[in-house]
Amino acid sequence: MDIPKSFLGYKRENGRAGTRNHVIILPVDDISNACAEAVANNIKGTIALPHSYGRLQFGADLELHFRTMIGTGKNPNVAAVIVIGIEPKWTKRIVEEIAKTGKPVEGFHIERTGDIGTIMKASKKAQEFSQWASEKQREECPLSDLWISVKCGESDTTSGLASNPTVGNLMEKLEPFGVHLCFGETSELTGAEKVCAARGATKEAQDKFMKTWSSYNDFILKEATNDLSESQPTAGNIAGGLTTIEEKAFGNFQKIGNLKFIDVLEPAEEPKKGKGLYFMDTSSAAAECVTLQAAGGFNIHLFPTGQGNIIGNPIEPVVKLTANPLTAKLMKEHVDCDVSKILSREMNLSQAGDELIKTMLRVANGRLTCAEALGHREFVMTKLYRSA
Amino acid sequence: MSQPDLIIHDEKDNVGVVVIETTKKGQDCSAWIMENDKTVKVSSLNEVPLGHKIALQNLKEGDTILKYGHDIGKVVKPIKKGEHVHVHNVKTKKW
Repeated sequence: MDIPKSFLGYKRENGRAGTRNHVIILPVDDISNACAEAVANNIKGTIALPHSYGRLQFGADLELHFRTMIGTGKNPNVAAVIVIGIEPKWTKRIVEEIAKTGKPVEGFHIERTGDIGTIMKASKKAQEFSQWASEKQREECPLSDLWISVKCGESDTTSGLASNPTVGNLMEKLEPFGVHLCFGETSELTGAEKVCAARGATKEAQDKFMKTWSSYNDFILKEATNDLSESQPTAGNIAGGLTTIEEKAFGNFQKIGNLKFIDVLEPAEEPKKGKGLYFMDTSSAAAECVTLQAAGGFNIHLFPTGQGNIIGNPIEPVVKLTANPLTAKLMKEHVDCDVSKILSREMNLSQAGDELIKTMLRVANGRLTCAEALGHREFVMTKLYRSA
Repeated sequence: MSQPDLIIHDEKDNVGVVVIETTKKGQDCSAWIMENDKTVKVSSLNEVPLGHKIALQNLKEGDTILKYGHDIGKVVKPIKKGEHVHVHNVKTKKW
């Protein structure tokens, strides 16, 4: 297949390009959700991103909260941002960082004004942003403007046999075009950690990966009260035939094809070493992982599933594929790309990779994913530990 | 290139994955090895559903299950060639 050299995206002030053109209403903390949702309800063409945290966090956990908030606002799929927090200081910090991209952003705080006054002020600005963004047009952008993140979920053995290798095939074909790529799921590489570490492009990347994995594994061993059965693998994984975490890990690992990763990112960290494949330290829970990858700046997501994970994200379109013929049939409305014919050998891996490239580019050009059409907007902050 | 009943990742593997809706008891299954494109036969001792694994050889307690050519866990109950391999007879070596 001749791979198209470009897609139609939204060019942003900082040189990045988006596959979407969202105006977001971003609450800094849990108690500002109501206000943010009221603004999004008032002003069409905007979406609120409610979440559960943002109060009394401290240390690395607070830094991760800020990184996720700021990264979400900076993501090129976002045209403009309204930030609403209870207090002025943290609100201002987020606004100032997002503003560095050059996109329109304005912050509002609720203390000394109350919800109603804040909703009125923020709604006026949100209307301005929404109408401004609605005039943005898609333009031809090079393929290298695609930052592609991947994560699998509700995996079964068909994931490791076919849908994850399909993603790997896409990565191998698109890497030469200069795209950014990202995989994560630290805990779900357990059992394959040494094989994965060996894929680090440099000794530094390899050591950084092993350090990251060991730290996560130590934490899991410390907190575990049983053998983790039904958490890893999940009940869904087991129903689908996956027996152990090692089996799941080697299946998971198929998503990166034969590529090497150039760096290891903190959760929600933006890559800084240019084009190529990155590993991000993330939880293996789907919504947490995709939220962190979107905050890292990735603008389109590939999600292979076995038993049928239905996740979506409010700003990063999630393209779902499956190789499980039952899932493709019974959960058709959730499947953007059906590669189940690999199992019956009516389709080979390269053909499946081509199909996925075509599907992904249609989505990059504007086609709604199944998850977008169904209203999936899972925005889930990763919390590292208890608040103060 | 007929449709296989089982797919095996790697020549070294001692399990194959069912890729039809279910195997029947005593079914003579054709298993395609992805790595070298060979086909082997194995008789399914149980009804094994899509996505689940079947042993390609007799295995005893303490043996290692190989899939993708790699160690994916240990045998905790003897397994006969053709038998369903899952959480009842295999456990992780981690966690």
